[in-house]
Amino acid sequence: MQFISYLINGISLGSVYAIIALGYTMVYGIAKMLNFAHGDIIMVGSYVVYIAVSSLGLNPILSVVISAILCLVLGVVIEKVAYKPLRHASKLAVLITAIGVSYFLQNMALLIFGANTKSFTSVVPAVSLKLGSLTITAETIVTIVACVIIMICLTLFINKTKAGHAMQAVSEDQDAAQLMGINVNATISLTFAIGSALAAVAGVLLCSAYPSLTPYTGAMPGIKAFVAAVFGGIGSIPGALIGGILLGVIEILSKAYISSQLSDAIVFGVLIVVLVVKPTGILGKVIQEKV
Amino acid sequence: MTVMKKKLNKTTKSNLITYAMVVIVYIIVQLLVSGGAVSSLMKGLLVPLCVYSILAVSLNLTVGILGELSLGHAGFMCIGAFTSATFSKLTNGVIQPAGFRFLLAILVGAVFAGIFGLLIGIPVLRLKGDYLAIVTLAFGEIIKNIVNVIYLGRDSHGIHFSIKDAASLGMDAEGEMIIKGPQGITGTPTDSTFTIGIVLILVTLFIVLNLVHSRSGRAIMAIRDNRIAAESVGINITKYKLMAFSISAALAGVAGVLYAHNLSTLTALPKNFGYNMSIMILVFVVLGGIGNIRGSIIAAVLLTMLPELLRGLNDFRMLIYSVVLIATMIITNNEKIMNTIRRFLPKKQAQPVKEETK
Amino acid sequence: MAMLEVKNLGISFGGLRAVDGLDMTIEKGELYGLIGPNGAGKTTAFNMLTGVYKPTDGVIKLDGEDITGKSTIEINKAGIARTFQNIRLFSELSVLDNVKVGLHNHYKYSTIAGILRMPAYRKAEKKMDEKAMELLKVFNLQDEWDYKASNLPYGKQRKLEIARALATEPKLLLLDEPAAGMNPNETGELMDTIQFVCKNFDMTVLLIEHDMKLVSGICQKLTVLNFGQVLAQGKTSDVLNDPKVIKAYLGE
Repeated sequence: MQFISYLINGISLGSVYAIIALGYTMVYGIAKMLNFAHGDIIMVGSYVVYIAVSSLGLNPILSVVISAILCLVLGVVIEKVAYKPLRHASKLAVLITAIGVSYFLQNMALLIFGANTKSFTSVVPAVSLKLGSLTITAETIVTIVACVIIMICLTLFINKTKAGHAMQAVSEDQDAAQLMGINVNATISLTFAIGSALAAVAGVLLCSAYPSLTPYTGAMPGIKAFVAAVFGGIGSIPGALIGGILLGVIEILSKAYISSQLSDAIVFGVLIVVLVVKPTGILGKVIQEKV
Repeated sequence: MTVMKKKLNKTTKSNLITYAMVVIVYIIVQLLVSGGAVSSLMKGLLVPLCVYSILAVSLNLTVGILGELSLGHAGFMCIGAFTSATFSKLTNGVIQPAGFRFLLAILVGAVFAGIFGLLIGIPVLRLKGDYLAIVTLAFGEIIKNIVNVIYLGRDSHGIHFSIKDAASLGMDAEGEMIIKGPQGITGTPTDSTFTIGIVLILVTLFIVLNLVHSRSGRAIMAIRDNRIAAESVGINITKYKLMAFSISAALAGVAGVLYAHNLSTLTALPKNFGYNMSIMILVFVVLGGIGNIRGSIIAAVLLTMLPELLRGLNDFRMLIYSVVLIATMIITNNEKIMNTIRRFLPKKQAQPVKEETK
Repeated sequence: MAMLEVKNLGISFGGLRAVDGLDMTIEKGELYGLIGPNGAGKTTAFNMLTGVYKPTDGVIKLDGEDITGKSTIEINKAGIARTFQNIRLFSELSVLDNVKVGLHNHYKYSTIAGILRMPAYRKAEKKMDEKAMELLKVFNLQDEWDYKASNLPYGKQRKLEIARALATEPKLLLLDEPAAGMNPNETGELMDTIQFVCKNFDMTVLLIEHDMKLVSGICQKLTVLNFGQVLAQGKTSDVLNDPKVIKAYLGE
């Protein structure tokens, strides 16, 4: 029974990673860049909710919505200001810029909120579900449900809407998409908007479960979600889901059964093994190089 | 042939400028220090500046010369630091003189880091671009994690090792703890000096610059520029990728030795051996110019000193640093602005650009 | 003994039979052409000859040595060098260094000797410089020896690629659409260059081309591929006048 409990916690944590990984994978697939600052959007989203709930006394759900909208705008602004000028630059240049944006967000938060750990009040009521000897918190359920809903909505969006098709086209071939009349700028902005809004949601869910918030809270989950995205095959939406869930499960099980200090090492170790065996990730596409 | 001589002189001249730059800076700094013109804050930065310079040059070997993005460079620094500190503590007083012991420690750190570079490189260098990057980051984190759970002690019976805790070492009461898990290593002999740091920079330069301008260096750069073409002319891709990667790792290990012997306490934290450090070095390399060895040192020094010089602005300095970073990347990648700047550069830059690997 | 003997060479990609039952014999010193419509399997055949793909059927023998399924590096050491449809130069290296990379396996010294600048390094580098310059002179590139390879005009880049391939001292030189992207003047110059190479380097050349002026101008024998199979084979004039070939390919 303990195992099931850990497993569910793992799936819940994994759901958060999956939501974050989605943002990474979408931006990578469509804008062809590693948005290193994505993890820090999570942190921003959490701080917005924190301020809204504790200082402004707003309703938690409303706060989450406000946070998602603000992060959405932030994501689009960052893209326009920092990434768009480098769209034709080398991937390394964009990565360094993203690192700069990450530092910027962290230090802005440090300036505004200070380094003290803030205690985050969960947006989910503190109730639990009892199934036999198993206790599942509402947070866990909400997180997993949120992840499932987001995945379904996103998949439907990508496959059934014009904007979604535009995203697929841009991720296949940006120049051809442009020649077909697709507004590449708008598509990329939309991608960042969705990814950032999702990051805000993920941040709130993460801090609801693990209630300490500092300017550096987003960094490690960001890295792990990135690992999850690569794990599942970067550019693949179902891959982000699988990668995220697997990562969360491995992390929780490692903490429970092996060692708390080594859990990160184990998570990363599994990634390495997977990539050595399947170099493009679990669901990744193998791109043949033309000779 | 005069043509050959021209080429030889150009490369040699460029390298000599780089060596001279380091030596001149050393002389100036020593003069300033002996004249009392250097604050203790700045004095404390001298060895770290050497550490970062070596890290930047060695990372440039992987990123700029081999053309592979490594985000785990700090991991090799960590290995060099901990293996050498352990060695120094174990042999302190046994091997004399201290200078010789330190030299051995440097070799220990370099060799262990290099071996890990080889072991990690074998599976990792087969991966493509972004995947390679994330795996190197993963390895860096793993190394840091593992070092934090190592317990090493010595007593009259010999050396004891554990990954659980200090008690399970089962040592005598008079036993000495060398590595204390997350508390790391304390009491490493502080052998590092600015002079030694400069010497190590010069050695690093010697190795990297000479490697680049040699048959192996050409092979490595050929792999970077066009792997398929390199294969088609008979270059052993795996051999040269591993060579570049492990030499880069070994040199990072040397930086780690210098770092470890500059502190009384050596611990593996996210900020000194985690991806934060790896990324900081990467920023030095990119801003100094990919493939530009001299630039790596300049960038490492300037960017390390920049936050210190901005100390007056206190809370805002990291913010300014990040803005400077973003702005620099945007400006240096903007066609219009770069073309305007190029008009002010000496004429020879405008012609078919000759091969530059400084 | 023929320089290149290909028997029943074939490869399948999943369900697609890209090359099927290819027989080809090239004698030493011949200038041989491989032609056919786009998608006929020409580059695929080249890739099998150079170890990029492993054939599913058939045998390839170079100067009597079986090289079927060997790796690119082994095949290069055995004596095949190639150029590529999309020019593959070492873009950041100088023109001279591009050729010197081609000399990699012929003038060796250890990495340590290189780092420590020992006499072995100096001697070998001097010889490599001389040999590389010799090759550049053949292609009239000696004045641009220190230019960045990517700064050369297209036609010269192609010549550099051929020079680099020759540096590996091959027995058989494979040129994949060498005239692609060239104007008639450049093509004419290329034709002279290839014939010069064939004669003065005692080289056997196999080339893929679409440019009929070049093919009819310098190739002694041809194989025509269509849908992965041999459509016609033999002396150039015979093949180009073969009604089957005219119908399928030349359409003139």
